[in-house]
Amino acid sequence: MTTRVRLAVFSSGLVLVAALLVDGVSNLPPFGRYAGPYGDIVARLVEPQRHMANAVTAVVFDYRGFDTMGEELILFAAASAVALLLREMRDHDTSDLVEGIRSDALRGVGALAAIVTFVLALQVVAHGFITPGGGFQGGVVLSAAFALVFLTNEYRAYNRLASSSFAEPVEALGAGGYVFLGLLALALGFGFLENFLPFGVTGRLRSGGSAAIVNWSSALAVSGGFALIFSEYLQENVAVRHGRVGK
Amino acid sequence: MTILPYLLAVWIFLVGLVGIVTSRNLIHLTVCVSICQSATYILLLAIGYKSHGTAPVFADIPTSRKVVDPVVQSLTLTDIVVAVAVSALLLALALKVFEAEGSLDPAEIAELKG
Amino acid sequence: MEPLQIVAMLYVALGALCVVLARDVVRQALVFSLYGFSLVVLFVVFQAPDVALSALVVSGIAYPLVLVGAIARCHGQRKGGGK
Repeated sequence: MTTRVRLAVFSSGLVLVAALLVDGVSNLPPFGRYAGPYGDIVARLVEPQRHMANAVTAVVFDYRGFDTMGEELILFAAASAVALLLREMRDHDTSDLVEGIRSDALRGVGALAAIVTFVLALQVVAHGFITPGGGFQGGVVLSAAFALVFLTNEYRAYNRLASSSFAEPVEALGAGGYVFLGLLALALGFGFLENFLPFGVTGRLRSGGSAAIVNWSSALAVSGGFALIFSEYLQENVAVRHGRVGK
Repeated sequence: MTILPYLLAVWIFLVGLVGIVTSRNLIHLTVCVSICQSATYILLLAIGYKSHGTAPVFADIPTSRKVVDPVVQSLTLTDIVVAVAVSALLLALALKVFEAEGSLDPAEIAELKG
Repeated sequence: MEPLQIVAMLYVALGALCVVLARDVVRQALVFSLYGFSLVVLFVVFQAPDVALSALVVSGIAYPLVLVGAIARCHGQRKGGGK
């Protein structure tokens, strides 16, 4: 089947799919008139019942914590698959690496920026139940702090900080910790992943109950997963060797 | 006018689909898959939107205030982060194909061998 | 529906088209990152700050690193992607 025939078949299929989709969305409730009761119920109950100020994080880690566990295990599986696929392509010879970054100013600013990003990431994760934030966003920012070290320093410094031998246990701890917390709630007589610690005061850092611990474990899992993915992609053959980029 | 965000989601999905079918580079194809995924985020958020509603964070507003739906926002936010990991997996597959065939062009890659 | 929302939606529609039409994958990585930023604006205007924060960190940090890392390991195969 030549390209032209394939494109012609696809175009007719595309018109059909477009008509179907447009007909489907035209029967939705008009934009701005959300009809369903579940969102209203959650928004009304999240503060008096759970003492959490951020309704979205409360839904992610408390009301729908089971779905988030599934998403995190998807992340875990994807990061493990990336490590599995790209692991044997690694070139272990680092003896002929030259220092690609020669500017001390860049290294200094990079180190400072990495530290600031690290603290910012912890702040984003910790304030998940008070302001917009939480484990997922903060986890990505945490992995970015390590990627900054790679971008502004040499590969050896990055390898010392965030090699896969360090990222894998962190990620496993995060993903496994999530499931362990659910089972712990079950063992204590509550439902799986039910919030079993005292809720605290709304708007304080200590609010959230056991969902706050779930928040931290998912931050660990996300940051470990991303650090693992980055360490597979940003490798020594992307660094400078004898003045040439690549192998 | 009232279904404009839904039509936007349909448009983005179809644009991504055209990009996938007519792509000549596997990395370009992976980015087009991400475009299709972003269409679903817009659809979800548009369904949960309420006119004159505000963000569902009650840090400084009373609970009686009208807010948009927090449930679809939670689905979207975990989805965005996980989609990156899945794209990284697709790119790893593209790298393995490049290693085996020497080309990233879907048309040049040999058909399924026996 | 406010005018700001309509403008944000138009930017997103234009951005999606530009991402698909970008032929060189390095350019496409950059345009995709900009498309992610226009999505962030759309999410903020749809009153979803958590989703906007998530999209911001992902399209500003995670996607460019992974894409450029993959491109660098397939050195020499940059073109392609048009009709």
